[in-house]
Amino acid sequence: MSKRPLRIVIAKAGLDGHDRGAKVIARALRDAGMEVIYTGLFQSPEQIVRTAIQEDADGIGLSILSGAHMTLFPLVVDQLKAQDGDIVFFGGGTIPPEDAAALKKAGVRAIFTPGAPLAEIVDFVERECGRRRELVG
Amino acid sequence: MPLGRFATTYQAGPLARRAAITESGHEPLQIQTSDELLREFYARKPRALARAISWAEGGRASELIRTLYPQTGRAMTVGLTGPPGVGKSTLSSAFVRKARALGKSVGVVSVDPTSPFSHGALLGDRIRLTEHFTDEGVFIRSMASRGHLGGVAGATADAVLLMDAFGLDVVLVETVGVGQSEIEVASLAHTTLVALQPGSGDSIQVLKAGIMEIADVFVVNKADHPMANQLRREIRSMMEMLSFPGWVPELVMTQALTGEGVDALWAAVERHVAYLNATGEIDERRREAFLHQVRQLALGRLERRLDGVLQHEPVAGIDPYAGADRVLATFGAPDAVEADAEPPSRPRAVVKGLT
Repeated sequence: MSKRPLRIVIAKAGLDGHDRGAKVIARALRDAGMEVIYTGLFQSPEQIVRTAIQEDADGIGLSILSGAHMTLFPLVVDQLKAQDGDIVFFGGGTIPPEDAAALKKAGVRAIFTPGAPLAEIVDFVERECGRRRELVG
Repeated sequence: MPLGRFATTYQAGPLARRAAITESGHEPLQIQTSDELLREFYARKPRALARAISWAEGGRASELIRTLYPQTGRAMTVGLTGPPGVGKSTLSSAFVRKARALGKSVGVVSVDPTSPFSHGALLGDRIRLTEHFTDEGVFIRSMASRGHLGGVAGATADAVLLMDAFGLDVVLVETVGVGQSEIEVASLAHTTLVALQPGSGDSIQVLKAGIMEIADVFVVNKADHPMANQLRREIRSMMEMLSFPGWVPELVMTQALTGEGVDALWAAVERHVAYLNATGEIDERRREAFLHQVRQLALGRLERRLDGVLQHEPVAGIDPYAGADRVLATFGAPDAVEADAEPPSRPRAVVKGLT
């Protein structure tokens, strides 16, 4: 039995065409030895969660720079519940601290804002998604 | 912070409804045994198919495949290969759209390369397939090649079997962007589509060995390209100098982005499938696919044993041939049966005048 790399879906949701950050994160996780599935732009929460389930992803990273984070993040959490998704959900973008705190309460495992060191993000994904992987095998 | 103020005005929405969910809202749903997985698989839960493919990738699907194997052989399997950027994923999407319009469920296995350095991968084929994400009749799986050469991944054959057993009507395998010699997809699928790019070489390119020899259907994509007709002529004139003992490859012009030509492509695939069934060649293809996978699995195990032996057996200092003898001696039954050099399999085409 060989060790499988972690699989992470990186997604952009809603009317938000700024994907530079998502691409940098995708490349960072790739360079850390993970398999990164990039969904492309303008995805709905349902599309994102279905993708993650079909890909048997260990984590979903959602990037939002449009200001719609208080709507879209909770909708992804809803979809994960509705579709029995056993997946670590984290995100990033231009998100004020008070919103980030509220989102974490709502089920988003971590929020990374501009300036967050890549190493910190990679560490988080390795740790949290790695723990999930240990459980599901 | 103006953004913060803005955002809080949205809080009355979904967030309020979600207030009860805490951080521990999602404990991983564990599937530990094949029995548990099979139960969900038979209930046609997409998550079970997804997990089964992961097990195949991790080399732990043997029990599962053993159970499900009798239920395979129903799906129409199509391979799609071609160079990077030719439009394979866009073609896949158009092909899936056509299949769905005909009421068929579809599985897509889409392979992208693994980095030889970090062993990570960026799987981006889904970007062209987004219109199918919420369609319950479509299951898409991105797969990293994980060092496997040949245009597909080691677990691709298993993924095809699993999707077949899951009850999907059509299984489409999209290879990594290939060069000239990655032809393994032809051993996995009943029908092989080779997509070609206008303006990518002269008349000698179409005579070369490799992917030009495995096409059941040639697809000239980007048919609106000024060089598209020239490529069509070159393929036609190459085919005119050949005689085909069986199936004569078809040539279809497409514009995957607009869907132009995709009906013709589908019709060509159906004609090929009908040909395979009518002539009984389908059994030959199935046998080929079966033997290919047996060979791959056996080779994989041998390779791991070999690596193990190489780590411990001292072969430094002797010549390479003696080293190989010594390593093989540890395998036991050294002279079991040694086949002669692999005979070339029956070619699908030979130059006219030679037959």
